[in-house]
Amino acid sequence: MPKAILYDSTLCIGCRACEGACAERWGLPYNDKIAAEEVISAHKLTTIETHGDKFSRRLCMNCLQPACASVCPVGALQKTSLGPVVYDASKCMGCRYCMQACPFQVPTYEWSSRLPKMRKCDMCYERQSAGKVTACTEACPVGATKNGDRDALVAEARQRLAEKPDQYYQKIYGLTEVGGTSVLYLSAVPFEQIGLRTNVPQEPLPETTWRVLELVPDVVSTGSILLGGIWWITNRRAEVAKKEGRRR
Amino acid sequence: MKRKFPKITVWRVIFAAILLSGLYATYLRVFYGLGGSTNLSDKFPWGLWIGFDVMCGVGLAAGGFTLVAIVHIFRIERYKPVLRPAILTAFLGYTLVVVGLLYDLGRPDRLWHPLVMWNPHSVMFEVAWCVTLYTTVLFLEFLPVVFEKFGWHKPLEWIHRISVPLMILGVLLSTLHQSSLGSLFLIVPEKLYPLWYTPILPLLFYVSSIAVGLAMTIFESWHSSRAFGRALELPLLASMGRVLAVVLSVYLWIRFLDMSHRHVFGLLALNRVETWLFALEILLMLVPALLLYQARVRMRPGALYACAVMVVFGFITNRLNVGTTGLEAGSGTHYIPRWSEVAVTLSIVAVGFAIFRAVAQYFPIFEAHSPEQAPVEMEEAEADAVAV
Repeated sequence: MPKAILYDSTLCIGCRACEGACAERWGLPYNDKIAAEEVISAHKLTTIETHGDKFSRRLCMNCLQPACASVCPVGALQKTSLGPVVYDASKCMGCRYCMQACPFQVPTYEWSSRLPKMRKCDMCYERQSAGKVTACTEACPVGATKNGDRDALVAEARQRLAEKPDQYYQKIYGLTEVGGTSVLYLSAVPFEQIGLRTNVPQEPLPETTWRVLELVPDVVSTGSILLGGIWWITNRRAEVAKKEGRRR
Repeated sequence: MKRKFPKITVWRVIFAAILLSGLYATYLRVFYGLGGSTNLSDKFPWGLWIGFDVMCGVGLAAGGFTLVAIVHIFRIERYKPVLRPAILTAFLGYTLVVVGLLYDLGRPDRLWHPLVMWNPHSVMFEVAWCVTLYTTVLFLEFLPVVFEKFGWHKPLEWIHRISVPLMILGVLLSTLHQSSLGSLFLIVPEKLYPLWYTPILPLLFYVSSIAVGLAMTIFESWHSSRAFGRALELPLLASMGRVLAVVLSVYLWIRFLDMSHRHVFGLLALNRVETWLFALEILLMLVPALLLYQARVRMRPGALYACAVMVVFGFITNRLNVGTTGLEAGSGTHYIPRWSEVAVTLSIVAVGFAIFRAVAQYFPIFEAHSPEQAPVEMEEAEADAVAV
């Protein structure tokens, strides 16, 4: 059963406990200055964003069909059956196609490093495989971030929308965006007002390139026969011309 | 070779200045990483080194496969005099693309990873294999020149024996590679500005690469005729100009159809930087296409050269638009390359010119190496064959 995270913006109090727990889990420094940076970066893999009196959280969406994993030329990024999209830094050659391809602009890079790695949230893969919840879920004092089976969380989100229709914008972000994500959002206002991208396609992005890539064998087979055939004809014609020229 | 000392000195000074700045930029890249040498950011991970060095580098090398197909597969042999310069350009182009990649990759020491760690679902994986294989093919296609120079007949025979499958492989790899550079951007439908994002990007990249391959061949012939005091192969280049006009027309027609199907012409009414860059790119293709349909333009070396230059710049504008500027709005950020990015790019171009010149001087690149030309074709290409 694939895991997911449900983030309820209406419950979030902006205490940034998730940020601190995340930094600790990755062994990254965390202080007031870093807390004030409201963008994700190679040294801050999740952040709370302030949008007026509303809060929002940014972290890797761990898409059901991740663009990053499909574009990685060396397969350093993999979608696990558990849900998290994990990264093997020992394979990564630093082409940064994952960063370009991600519709949520999540992957970040260690720009100042001489031997840089990509950095992103992996939904605490090793904690979840050990049956524990993610570090951010554990740290959240108000249950704004919840971790569990995706189906159960979708059901719970629907229930919240139904129970308090006046408190929620009646949609779940992440349900169908780019074919569905492992991080789901609830909000009191339309999602673009809390900084989420609402112009992302509803179809999985890997389809866009696969439609072309699957033609490669056809191009190679048809192309070699075609080119070989043309060469054979022109070559034969030249041979014949040469012989006839000699006879004359 | 004619020597104009003051002129050459000026160029040498510029050349040295470019190389020095490139060297310092290289130092920054090696010791301070991408952050210390580029203006790239988390929101804008690809810049000039991908947009120009790789995407334009590969495209400008397209004359190699175009002319191999014309001369050896379609056997239009009167184009033979410009085949070798085209192959040399392609070989140098690809080698320099690899150099550009060494700058751009975060871990250049792992350049070889895609060869052993596979992900066939990745366009970048296809690109990596195409670069590797086609650079090898180009090396082999160039080898006869070296063998001829040193009079090694045995290896020359051997390489001629595999030349046909090699050439077919080269054309196929180029087809895949040129188009796949367009496919790279299919994954960003919401980021790339709609004037450029289209599901047929790979087709557009392929057709435009053929155009720029022809334009580069005209460009090179013109420059080398000046540098080495050769006569220009004018009738040949003029007929190539006519082919170029047709290819450009096909390209522009496909783009027009695609845009009308996607209903994006309304965007042209917006006063945005994208609109102007788009207009520039289209004009740099449309104007030479119209001019090259006229025989009096094609037969004037200066005008023919100007058309080729326009096509090259139109092509570069297109690749930069798709690879960088067209992505700015969708990425919510601005990107202007840092001086060190420009310095590295200019150095790579300068080194390319220098190596081309040196190789063309010492190896049989521009010599008539095909004594068995049919008499009719001889007539048409007489200007060059006699002079060389």
